[in-house]
Amino acid sequence: MTDLSKTGAALGEPTRTGGTPSAFLDVRDLKVHFPTDDGLVKSVDGLSFQLEKGKTLGIVGESGSGKSVTSLAIMGLHRLGNRGKNVQMSGEIWLDGKELVSASPDEVRRLRGREMAMIFQDPLSAMHPYYTIGNQIVEAYRVHHKVDKKTARRRAVELLDRVGIPEPNKRVDSYPHEFSGGMRQRAMIAMALVNNPELLIADEPTTALDVTVQAQILDLIRDLQKEFGSAVVIITHDLGVVAEIADDILVMYGGRCVERGPVDDIFYEPQHPYTWGLLGSMPRIDREQTDRLIPVKGQPPSLINVPSGCAFNPRCPYADVPKGGITRTERPELREVGSRHFTACHLSSEDRTRIWNEEIAPKL
Amino acid sequence: MSETETRAGTSAVTTEKASEDEKPLLRVEGLVKHFPIKKGLLQRQAGAVKAVDGIDFEVRRGETLGVVGESGCGKSTMGRLITRLLEPTGGRIEFDGTDITHLSTGGMRPLRRDVQMIFQDPYGSLNPRHTIGTIVSAPFRLQGVEPEGGVKKEVQRLLDLVGLSPEHYNRYPHEFSGGQRQRIGIARALALKPRMVVADEPVSALDVSIQAQVVNLMDDLQEELGLTYVIIAHDLSVVRHVSDRVAVMYLGKIVELADRDQLYTAPMHPYTKALMSAVPVPDPRRGAAKSERILLRGDVPSPISPPSGCRFHTRCWKATEICRTTEPPLLELRPGQSVACHHPENFEDQAPQDTVLLTAAKEAAELVSDEVLAESAETSAAVAAEVSKAEAAKETETTENTEDK
Repeated sequence: MTDLSKTGAALGEPTRTGGTPSAFLDVRDLKVHFPTDDGLVKSVDGLSFQLEKGKTLGIVGESGSGKSVTSLAIMGLHRLGNRGKNVQMSGEIWLDGKELVSASPDEVRRLRGREMAMIFQDPLSAMHPYYTIGNQIVEAYRVHHKVDKKTARRRAVELLDRVGIPEPNKRVDSYPHEFSGGMRQRAMIAMALVNNPELLIADEPTTALDVTVQAQILDLIRDLQKEFGSAVVIITHDLGVVAEIADDILVMYGGRCVERGPVDDIFYEPQHPYTWGLLGSMPRIDREQTDRLIPVKGQPPSLINVPSGCAFNPRCPYADVPKGGITRTERPELREVGSRHFTACHLSSEDRTRIWNEEIAPKL
Repeated sequence: MSETETRAGTSAVTTEKASEDEKPLLRVEGLVKHFPIKKGLLQRQAGAVKAVDGIDFEVRRGETLGVVGESGCGKSTMGRLITRLLEPTGGRIEFDGTDITHLSTGGMRPLRRDVQMIFQDPYGSLNPRHTIGTIVSAPFRLQGVEPEGGVKKEVQRLLDLVGLSPEHYNRYPHEFSGGQRQRIGIARALALKPRMVVADEPVSALDVSIQAQVVNLMDDLQEELGLTYVIIAHDLSVVRHVSDRVAVMYLGKIVELADRDQLYTAPMHPYTKALMSAVPVPDPRRGAAKSERILLRGDVPSPISPPSGCRFHTRCWKATEICRTTEPPLLELRPGQSVACHHPENFEDQAPQDTVLLTAAKEAAELVSDEVLAESAETSAAVAAEVSKAEAAKETETTENTEDK
């Protein structure tokens, strides 16, 4: 791990050393880079955020914006498999007073599943097809608790019942393929919650599900959070989902955070042109739209060749508003624009307010 | 029917132009597709997946018909039936007056020019070993069409039309992003100037910003080329944006078919209402919307042995005895809005004699908020009875409590 911190220093970025953090989850200047034959893929490039217990953070962004890699890095799963061989990671991840980036894989393993757990997008590939649902939940429990099989099985049944699987006594012996998509996702939530984790990361937990099932699962996650008081990070591309479930939202673009703030601020006073783009390109079920959608032009950036300056500048309709081509040469830093509301944009606050009020808000 | 059949020639079409416009482009009657399940050594048929089980609808010229439903409701099978990629088990499909229900592959070939399909997966639907030029020019080769100015020029015009650079002609699919690939699929579908395009989940694999680009593109092309679309999607927001009329499917049946605005403002089928209430709204302050949410119990039943009567009765909070025994027909209750339900929402009860809820309905109602129940009670005597019973129970409880004190 020591050479990893060296990499961070080699990248020339000063790591903020603010001592032990007050927030439950505190991610500081996280960078995850993957060297490949084509070049260095900067999946996450300087990301910071905090999350308190009992709160939900929604991370939104397009595919390839680095949202999933962020969650894998927190879980310490980025090292697994082939791609993890020479991953370069720097920054700090503080979970309940413990630093995870510099921790040994063993230490992280002890935390994983117990203090932090993850729900994956595709429960069919996240579960082992050869073992029964019950077996897999029991295994997750017994890794962290010294209990006999019977007790663990009782715990599995109890959890399956809690997540709303009918006849948990019987279904505990079913195999994943015998479950429907929604039930599999419930079973995976049961597995994630078996050790009462304090941090739950859900990576696109409802993307593969139908809306009616999605509503059930979101309802379940909300209930469970109230009951267990865990911190939840929910990663999704669906702004509707975060609007319903998140307290804070973090918008990612090209491996960086472009805007972060309380959910109401992001939806009603968004400050970054990319967030405007996301809101404008979304068809709405709750209102009549006679106008056309306003798409973000162009394509998401390559993470090997992130555009210089602001990563969004080639697609930004307002890239030329700030003078001197600063958007193309200088990377904007996150600035506070409201209470707990940050944005990384070169536009002056007057310009942003004017553009939002005159050009964007009327069309939404 | 004989009249329509004789009118196959193009000359006849022009002379009857006036009445032509009135006639739907596609008419589907009693369409059925059962996939057999075979078992044992002799592969005897043990049952059937009733993917599409008797649906009727029309697609009018120049309109966009949206088809929504959960996975497994048969919407994709329906799309493949009307493009005749699958052989129907029963029913009748009429395209522009011609019966195409059981046409052979050869018989269908001339019609392939008029009916094209856009597929969901922009990765699986393009041959990775062919260049974009080869892929988009395939329809010309197969149909033996020599476009004006040559194939290459026409392909480049098509690429330009869908917003790709004509220089992409010699590139391979892997060099393109998902959104660009979907544009290639659209260019290929439009090559032969079809009249109807069936798009199966055309944007669901795309990021939201790219999704908007493709939706706008399809919109522009419809206007420019006078296309008729059948758009199959599970995303109700997208469907609301693109459709003129919307069909809602559940377990192989159309449960509601209505003009877009009517359907979204006043859905009549309880399933439509539940489906729409489940869509997360990107508006955090709409706390009220959350209480209107109707959670459905469990999963969609198996299409191998669908429930009797109304297929939704096992999950519906308004179901009564008649729902279990009698299948409701799809009736146009309001102009432009057809629904197959005995106890529709936002409309008078079709079976007011039934005033007792099924047990399953009572269980389903537990997951439905009081606001929704109150609304349903207005149109259903059975729900009203149940609601007043619950209220009476509550009152006695409170009076008992006060008496105890």
